[in-house]
Amino acid sequence: MDQTYIFLQQYWWVIIALLGGILVFLLFVQGGNSLLFEIGKNDAERKMMINSTGRKWEFTFTTLVTFGASFFASFPLFYSTSFGGAYWLWMIILFTFVLQAVSYEFQDRAGNLVGKKTYHIFLIINGILGPVLLGGAVATFFNGSNFIVDKGNILGLGGLESSSVISQWANASHGLDALLDPWNVALGLAVFFLARVLGILYFINSIDHEPLIKRCRKALIPNTAIFLVSFLAFVIRTLLKDGFAVNPDTQEIFMQSYKYFSNLIEMPIVAGVFLIGVVLVLYGILRTIFQSTYDKGIWFAGFGTVLAVLGLFLLAGFNNTAYYPSNVDIQYSLTIANSSSSKNTLKVMAYASLLMPFVFAYIFYAWRSLNKDKIDKDEIDTNKHMY
Amino acid sequence: MIANVDTSLVDWSRAQFALTAMYHWIFVPLTLGLSVIQAVMETMYYRTGDEFWKKTAKFWMKIFGINFAVGVATGLILEFEFGTNWSNYSWFVGDIFGAPLAIEGILAFFMEATFIAVMFFGWDKVSKKFHLASTWLVSLGATLSAWWILVANAWMQHPVGMQFNPDTVRNEMVDFMAVAFSPDAVNKFFHSVLSGWVLGAVFVVGVSCWFLLKNRQRRFALKSIKIAAVFGIISAGLIVFTGHVAGTIIGKTQPMKLAAAEGFYEGKEGAGLVAVGLLNPAKQTYNDGEDPFIFRIEIPKMLSFLANSNFDSFVPGIADIIEGGYEQDDGTIALPAEEKIERGKKAITALAHYREAGKSGDEATKAAAYKDFQENVEYFGYGYIKDINELVPSVPLNFYSFRIMVVLGFYFVLFFIVVIYLGYKEKLHKMKWMHWIGVLTIPLAYIAGQAGWIVAEVGRQPWAIQDLLPVTVAVSKLDVSSVKLTFFIFAFLFTMMLIAAVGISIREIRKGPDLPELEEGNN
Repeated sequence: MDQTYIFLQQYWWVIIALLGGILVFLLFVQGGNSLLFEIGKNDAERKMMINSTGRKWEFTFTTLVTFGASFFASFPLFYSTSFGGAYWLWMIILFTFVLQAVSYEFQDRAGNLVGKKTYHIFLIINGILGPVLLGGAVATFFNGSNFIVDKGNILGLGGLESSSVISQWANASHGLDALLDPWNVALGLAVFFLARVLGILYFINSIDHEPLIKRCRKALIPNTAIFLVSFLAFVIRTLLKDGFAVNPDTQEIFMQSYKYFSNLIEMPIVAGVFLIGVVLVLYGILRTIFQSTYDKGIWFAGFGTVLAVLGLFLLAGFNNTAYYPSNVDIQYSLTIANSSSSKNTLKVMAYASLLMPFVFAYIFYAWRSLNKDKIDKDEIDTNKHMY
Repeated sequence: MIANVDTSLVDWSRAQFALTAMYHWIFVPLTLGLSVIQAVMETMYYRTGDEFWKKTAKFWMKIFGINFAVGVATGLILEFEFGTNWSNYSWFVGDIFGAPLAIEGILAFFMEATFIAVMFFGWDKVSKKFHLASTWLVSLGATLSAWWILVANAWMQHPVGMQFNPDTVRNEMVDFMAVAFSPDAVNKFFHSVLSGWVLGAVFVVGVSCWFLLKNRQRRFALKSIKIAAVFGIISAGLIVFTGHVAGTIIGKTQPMKLAAAEGFYEGKEGAGLVAVGLLNPAKQTYNDGEDPFIFRIEIPKMLSFLANSNFDSFVPGIADIIEGGYEQDDGTIALPAEEKIERGKKAITALAHYREAGKSGDEATKAAAYKDFQENVEYFGYGYIKDINELVPSVPLNFYSFRIMVVLGFYFVLFFIVVIYLGYKEKLHKMKWMHWIGVLTIPLAYIAGQAGWIVAEVGRQPWAIQDLLPVTVAVSKLDVSSVKLTFFIFAFLFTMMLIAAVGISIREIRKGPDLPELEEGNN
C-alpha cells in the first residue's frame, strides 16, 4: 500500500486521539457542573462556580464538535457506523449538551421560562451524562459494538429483505446496549470521576473563596479514589484481555491474546506517553491533596489527561489493531486502514491541521487574559459582566 | 435488486433535519448581522472614547449573547445529524463533505468560542484594542463558519471535484479547490451571509423603532438606526445581485429546481417570470393535462433573463426535463428521465457485478463490469428512482417560498431607503407609522430567510446530492419510532429554548441600554 497514504491515516488517528484527549481534559467543565449543589452551598458560591466554568464551556463544546467533524472528515466509515448505529447513545449525549449550551446564558435571566434551578439541573445532567456516556462510547473501541458493515447493501447485494444501508446496528437498542457491558460502564465512570477531579482542580485554580475551596479539597479525595479504582480496573482488564488484531497483509481481523498489552510493549513511545500522562494526573491531584496552598494541579492533571487519553486511543488503533471492533462478526470491524477517507482528502485535511498550533496559541493567550485574576465574591457582587 | 425503501423513515428523517436546520436558521442570521453591527459600534467607541458607544454596543451584545447561545445549541445536532440519520450519505459522500465541516470547526468555531468569552467577560480585563479585536474576530469566526458550511451545502446542490471509486463504493475528492471555491459555493456564501446582514440590520432598526415608539432613548435609537440602515441598504442591494447570480447558476445546474420554483412546466424561449400567481391544486403530475395556474401575472421574458442573462433564451420546463430532447448549455441533448433511470440501474448492476467478480477473482467479468459501470456512472443516482414523478420536487412549496423571498427581498431595499431618507430629513423620530413598520418588519426578515432555505433544500428533492444520491438511499437504518421520538424531543427542546430566548430578549430590550433616559438629546 501507498506509504504516504498509510502515514496520513496514522497522522489523522493521532490528531483524532489528541482531540479526544483535549476533550476529556475540557470535560472539567462538565465535572465541575456536576458538583454544583455539592460544593456550592449558596447562590453566591454557585454563581462563582458557574462563572468559573462558564468562561470555558464553549471550548469543550467546540472541541466536541471539532472531534466529531474531524472523525467525519478522516474516518467517515466510523462516523456513519457509530453515529448512524449507536443512535440513542449519541442522541442522549447530544441532548445533554444542547441543554448545557443555553443554560449558562439563560439561568440567571428574567423570563427564562423554567427558572434558575431547572437550568442548574440541566448543567448537572450534562455534567453527569456527558462524561459517563462519552467514556462508555470510547470503551467500545476495546470491547466491541453490535454492528455490521456491508458496502454491497447499497447495490442491493444484501438480498431482497435487506436494507440498502451500508452500516447497520444489529439490535433495536441502537447503542444503549453498550451500557450493558460493565467494562464500558467502568470507563464511563472513570471519565466521569476524572472530570469531577479536574473540575475540582479547576475551581481551586480559578476561584478565591475559602469555604468553597475547602469543600473542593475535601471532595478531591473520594472522587479521586473512585476514579482510580474504575480507571485501574478498566486498564488492567483491557491489558489482560484478548484484542482485535489485523493481519497487515490480508487485512483479516483475528483475536489475539493480550493484544493491548502487546501494543504497549511493541510501541514504547505510546507506552511512555500513556504512563507519563497517568503520572502527571496523579501528581496534579496528590500535590493538591497534600499541599493545602497548591492551586496549579489542574495544569499537570489536565496535561496528563491529554497524554493518557492520547495513549489510550493509540493503543486502540495503532500496531495493526481494529479500533472499532464488531461483536457481530469481527470481519466487520473498522481499522484505520479500512475506514479512512481517501489519500487526497487526508492530505488536504493535513494542511488544514497545520493551523492548529496557531489556534492553540490564541486560545492560550485569550485564556490567560481572562484568568489573570481568580473569581471571588467581590467580583460576583460588583461585576456586571457575569453569567 | 434494491430493497423497497421505508418511505416513512425517509420522511421522518427529512422532517427532523428540516426542523433542526430551520430552528438553527432562526438564530444564525442574527449572529451574522449583529456581530458586524456591534463591532462597528465598538469601533466608534474605540475611536471617539465616547462611553455612549460602549454602552450602545454592550446593549446589542447582550441580545447577541442570548441569540448566540441558542444558535450553538441548535447547531450541535446538525454537526452529528449527517451521521445519526444519514449514515449512507456520510459514507457515500463523506470523503468530500466531511472536510469542510472539520475545517469549519478548526478555523471558525474555535475563533468564535475563544473571542466571544473575551468580548463578554474581558471589558475590564483586557486592553481596549484587544477587546475590539476580539469583537471583530467573533464576527470573522461566524462568517468563516458560514463559508465552510455553505461550501458543503453548495456541493450538495452541484457536486464537483470528485470521482466515484468502485472499489470503496463512494465518491472521493480529487480537487479541493473546485469544491471550496465553486461558483455555487462563492455565490451561496455571499447570498446567505448578506441575508444574515439584512436580518441583523432589520432587527436593529426594528428594535430601535420600538424605543422611538415608547419615546425612550432617542439618541441611542437614532444612532443605531443610522448604522444599521446604511449596513442594511448595502446588504439588501447586493443580495438582489447575488439572487440573480443564483438564478443563473440554478438555471444551469438545477433546472428542475428553477422550474418548480416557477411552476414552469412547458419550456420556451423568452420565458416570463410569474410575479403573482395562484397554483392550481388540481395539478398533481407534470403530464396530467391540468393547467398549472388558476391565474398568473407574468413579467415577460424575465425568467429567461434570470436563468441565462438572456431575455430570449430557452428555459426548460418540468415536462422538458422529464421528457428530455432539448439542447442544453453544453450543446448536448438532454436525456429523458426514463433513460437516465435505465442507465442508472445499469451502473448499479455493473458495480454489483464488479464487486462480486472481484471477490471471486474473475478478472474478465470484473473488467467488463467496470467498463459498463464507467459508461453509466454519471446516472448512478437515477438507478434508485422508482417513479419518474419522484424527480419533481413540491411545486407549491417552492413556488410560494420563492415568491415570498423575492418580494420581501425587494421590500427590504425599499424599507432601508425610506428609513435612511427619513433619518436624513430628521423626521424619523416623529413618524409613528414608520416606527410600527420598523417593528413589524422584524418577523418578515426571518420569514424571508426561511423561505430561501425552503427553495434551496426542497427544490433539490429527491436528491440528497444532486443527481448522485436520492434521499431514499441516504438514510440510516433506524426504527421509524426512534426518529419520530427524537423529532418530537428536538421540537420540544428547541421550542422551549426559542420561547425562553424571546422572553429574555424582550425583557432585556425593555430594560434598554445602560444610558440615562432623560438626558438632553436622549428624549
